Amino acid sequence: MKYMLLIQANAVGADGASADCTVEDWMAYDKEVTEAGVKVSGESLADLVTATTVRVDRDGRRTVTDGPFAESRELLGGFLVIDVPDLDAALDWAARCPGARDGAVVVRPVADFGG
Amino acid sequence: MDERAAAGGAPASVAAVFREEHGRLLAALVRRFGDLDLAEDVTAEAIAAALELWPVHGVPPNPGGWLMTTARRRAVDRLRRDKAYAARLAVLAVEAERAGPVPPVEPGAELPDERLQLFFTCAHPALAAEDRGALTLRCLAGLTTPEVARAHLVATATMAKRITRAKRKISEARIPFRVPGPDELPERLPGVLQVLYSIFTEGYAASAGPDLQRLDLAEEAIRLARILRRLLPAEREVAGLLALMLLVHARRAARTGPDGEPVLLDEQDRARWDHPMIDEGRAVLTTALTGGPVGPYAVEAAIAALHDEAPDVERTDWAQIVALYDVLLGLVPSPVVALNRAVAVAMRDGPAAGLALLDELTDEAQLRGYHPFAMARADLLQRLGRRRDAAEAYRTALAQAGTEPERAFLRRRIAAVEM
Repeated sequence: MKYMLLIQANAVGADGASADCTVEDWMAYDKEVTEAGVKVSGESLADLVTATTVRVDRDGRRTVTDGPFAESRELLGGFLVIDVPDLDAALDWAARCPGARDGAVVVRPVADFGG
Repeated sequence: MDERAAAGGAPASVAAVFREEHGRLLAALVRRFGDLDLAEDVTAEAIAAALELWPVHGVPPNPGGWLMTTARRRAVDRLRRDKAYAARLAVLAVEAERAGPVPPVEPGAELPDERLQLFFTCAHPALAAEDRGALTLRCLAGLTTPEVARAHLVATATMAKRITRAKRKISEARIPFRVPGPDELPERLPGVLQVLYSIFTEGYAASAGPDLQRLDLAEEAIRLARILRRLLPAEREVAGLLALMLLVHARRAARTGPDGEPVLLDEQDRARWDHPMIDEGRAVLTTALTGGPVGPYAVEAAIAALHDEAPDVERTDWAQIVALYDVLLGLVPSPVVALNRAVAVAMRDGPAAGLALLDELTDEAQLRGYHPFAMARADLLQRLGRRRDAAEAYRTALAQAGTEPERAFLRRRIAAVEM
């Protein structure tokens, strides 16, 4: 069963490290999930100031805006898709993620359309 | 179970006979098929078949085995018919082979008890807190959805939606049916105990409705705690929780007056306490207190035991009770515990000492709107002769109390202090 871990880390510095976890922590975690054979994919996202939002209305008109600029702590810093037997296993991997330490990791099952 | 029990009783009592069977059956089927909905449906069908066939053909030599076999066959039939399930059946068949063939049920053989994993699934932290109790009552206590709805004081349709939502999360997020390993148990067991304790406290002191106590609910919680204790005999906090429930529930007959009004501890007729239940609670408590650091339920049970052992309020060991509340505050630093400690201090050192401690808690968010806090203040103010302040505090409690008997009680108190 695939789960996406939405990593809502605290404000991250230019080097990808926040106050509570270092780049080394992230590298070690990535190595762990890879070696355990559970990692499907994963990326960390560039700083939120680089984000652009696109909307298309009913008439097909496209609106492009700068942002969003979340004021809350809950900003998506990266994601990881893992393939594990059940939610408990997914929650374990989420708990070990450096991003969980001073932020939060939201665990979402990937929808299965009977493929 | 004898034949007459199945054949002669009213439908409700026959259903009660199957209650115990229900949880076991459901848990075993969930284990086998990994699907709570399917397991619930075929459990209900097997019980319905038994109610129809047993009165005519007699009760089979192994009723539990018969129910299990019938339910399992129906599940497989259903899986074969249902396209969406067909793929899963293939997976299950492979897994079943891997696990070895299911041994035939011998007459009189005990069904394996798989309920422990169901306890952990129903109390899983990934489920909404309000749904955990509902699911536990439904799956493990064998209550119907209308009964669970009544237990939670909500409409049946609302409860049906909540149960559906919770089951959908279990299925779609794949919350596993498994007992946490020894390393996870300390983190997960308190969640299961909390569910049972919440059911019990709603039974002991209803949050709303016409009655102060809802004894059926408290008894359901005790029944579940007994099952859990059998399944986890080495976990002392399970013993602690069961002891606490027994030691408190033992006072039920004396806690309400003839018109359902609350009778406080100092006015209760202690001869009406259930002394065999107190003895049982004390025996269970001994286990909970022996061999290692104690948990919060055991400490609370020890406090309840001190009340139960005292001949009256004056001769209660308040010093010891205050000491136990100190221990409890160390384990669970909660304003509600601090409130109870303040009341005990008032009994030990006088109402002024207790009131001083209560006043320190005035700003606690958790106590805002919690009527026992206002009631405790009112009582101490009354004992200090501050009648006007007492009346005001009773009025605050009156506005916050959830059940009619409590409101009637508070109105009488207000009238008495305003005389």
